[in-house]
Amino acid sequence: MKLAFSAADEAFRQAVRSFVREQLPGDIRRKVELGLRLEQADYVTWFNRLEARGWLTPGWPPEHGGPGWTHLQRFIFDEECLLGGAPRIIASGIQMLGPVLIAFGTPEQKARYLPDIRASRTWWAQGFSEPGSGSDLASLRTTAVLEPDGRHFVVNGHKVWTSYAQWCSMMFALVRTDPNAAKPQEGISFLLIDMTSPGLTVRPIRMLEGGTDLNECFLDNVRVPVENLVGELNQGWTCGKYLLGHERTGIAGIGSCKQQLARARQLAGQQGLGEDALLRALLQARLAQFEIELIALEATALRLLAPGQRSRVPQVEASMLKVRGTELRQAIYETLLDIAGPDALPFSAEAQFLEFLDAADDAPVAPVPPELASVAANCLDARKLSIYGGSNEVQRNLIAQAVLAAH
Amino acid sequence: MDFSLNDDDLALRDAVQRFCEGEYPAPERGNAETPAQAAQRHAALAELGLLGLQIPAELGGSALGPQAAMLAAEQLGRALANGNWLSNAVLMAPLLAEAGSPAQRSAWLPALAAGRLQVALACAEPEARYDLADVRSRAKPTADGGWSLSGRKALVLGGDVADLLLVVARTDGERRDRSGLSLFAIDAASPGLTRRPITLLDGRRAAQLDLQGVSLAADRLVGPLDAALPLVERAVERANAALCAESAGALEALLAMTCEHLKTRRQFGAPLAKFQALQHRVADMATALEQLKSMACVAAMALEAEDASERTRLVSAAMTLTAQLGRQCGLTAIQLHGAMGMTDECRVGHYAKRLIANGLLFGDAAFHLAAFDAARRPTAADLDLTP
Repeated sequence: MKLAFSAADEAFRQAVRSFVREQLPGDIRRKVELGLRLEQADYVTWFNRLEARGWLTPGWPPEHGGPGWTHLQRFIFDEECLLGGAPRIIASGIQMLGPVLIAFGTPEQKARYLPDIRASRTWWAQGFSEPGSGSDLASLRTTAVLEPDGRHFVVNGHKVWTSYAQWCSMMFALVRTDPNAAKPQEGISFLLIDMTSPGLTVRPIRMLEGGTDLNECFLDNVRVPVENLVGELNQGWTCGKYLLGHERTGIAGIGSCKQQLARARQLAGQQGLGEDALLRALLQARLAQFEIELIALEATALRLLAPGQRSRVPQVEASMLKVRGTELRQAIYETLLDIAGPDALPFSAEAQFLEFLDAADDAPVAPVPPELASVAANCLDARKLSIYGGSNEVQRNLIAQAVLAAH
Repeated sequence: MDFSLNDDDLALRDAVQRFCEGEYPAPERGNAETPAQAAQRHAALAELGLLGLQIPAELGGSALGPQAAMLAAEQLGRALANGNWLSNAVLMAPLLAEAGSPAQRSAWLPALAAGRLQVALACAEPEARYDLADVRSRAKPTADGGWSLSGRKALVLGGDVADLLLVVARTDGERRDRSGLSLFAIDAASPGLTRRPITLLDGRRAAQLDLQGVSLAADRLVGPLDAALPLVERAVERANAALCAESAGALEALLAMTCEHLKTRRQFGAPLAKFQALQHRVADMATALEQLKSMACVAAMALEAEDASERTRLVSAAMTLTAQLGRQCGLTAIQLHGAMGMTDECRVGHYAKRLIANGLLFGDAAFHLAAFDAARRPTAADLDLTP
């Protein structure tokens, strides 16, 4: 065992750090550091620079344009990007669909879709959740019926919580193709749907922090060519499970935790919380506790990758990291809210845009310091962390079932 | 960071596990042991080479590092083994190897490794809580070049049976000064020394000492005059790192026991394991276990760091979570066992007591949180919170 990273890993860290410092445009970094909203162009700008360096798709195998990194290198890369103020890689195409197409897609599907994902020409929407099925995906009801000539599916249903659907031209969806299957997850297929198809409408959902990045998608007799089926008919559950496994690997969000903890320390200093002894002690203890939890989270993430150290219970590591990582981040966001105190109260959805803040700088009385303009929105938005990707309650069920089965 | 274990590590771990299964039968784990049982188990520890893990090879040990101590501690914790391994092999052996003169080392270390000599560290004082610099015991020079020692010591782990006590005393300065502390080796039978044996919450044994003008020859000073504090701090850090591993081991056993109970016991027509509220508490225990295992590795690795504040920082991080998660999980396991968990016959309470005790022995959660904060490595984005 060794506490330090190897010299090669440290060199890699420095290379990523310099890259982020040199390539990330200043206004994007400012938005991320202030917790402000990003627009599609911000993501595309950053993704294109990563792609030019060959770093956009670290999870993809080298023959499809991945850099061939180790787990540890990916870990370092994610952390350095976040600490350097880069936007998260949010695109479903890169993290979810790409790995599925590489594993299950036909050569034609790979050739047609993968290059566009890497070039950020196509943004993909994830069409999994439905009003009646959140974490319980096996209960989904959107149907796809093959037309008699066998050339098109006709899709009818209602998808919800579709992130960034407003920017997406394509959707990958789980749909029910055999309503009479013996088990609910056996009659599901994985389908690629052109979002400009007639019958498909997108309605933005306004969220409690003021954003509209989540959407509802209504599918009314949408025709989808049969060549858009990924994997075997009725075997979509396999693709979906594979995809969610991929999604969970980075879900501990250690880089985000570090980023927000640094933000909390910085704001605490600026807010004059050091003057009252009890307040200072309480805050200092909370921040120190977070830092310790973070050390434990990071060590656990790294240890569970090490030979001879695996948990007695396989497959639950990702769930544990998800639960701890997301709850820690939420606790840090709550502390940010406490640090802002009364300055967290003035709230407007517009104040979460950099242009608005810059304009307000010239006003005689600024409504709120720019560093605090989005603290409340960020805290509310962070509630999603324990809901998406399989809610933390579902994760705890999975952990407990595996642990109980192993003993 | 590299968390991998090599074949030697795994062989050691298996050997200690087999040893524990023989010496500590599951239904007896945590029971108070008779003096004869304790002596026999100590001899068996020596036989297996566990007392000399951190003693140089030429002095009868196997010269292994903190990682070996971690692996042994984890297994001993699973079996709720007694505290004499910790006081001899972890607190004392590396301290004597580091601070002792060549004569002292060859007089004591081979005997310690062989289990013939038990030693204990007397570093805590009444009213000092966990502050190792809070020492009022004094050693005054005598006309013949020796020393006369007076004072009181609290909670000397393994001090009830130790043949040799290593006592921290002030040779200069005032209470809480970081300099002016020295280490003295005292025979348990010395005139002027009274020791009162005590039993700890979890059944481990210790002693309180009263020293009234105990006379010592000049060669009983161990290590440098007036500068013993860093050595003692480092010894206690080693003990804390081992306690973290011990707690991970104890929690592992406790989790297994709790799962077994939940699957067997039926209420309202179903095994308890079917109830989601209980499952979620098991999930949190299992997650806490992985965190403690990780922190035991971090603490063991940190012991080898050159920078003292880095060692303190990471060992205290590990102990903060050990104290918090250990207690939390111990008490949760009692709850999950219902009234049965409250009985002395059930092993659950014994494990809970060990987990609680480990978090109170050499620093509680608040102490370690403060120590971590004082030693923390600031990041570039930090601002000073002090007024």
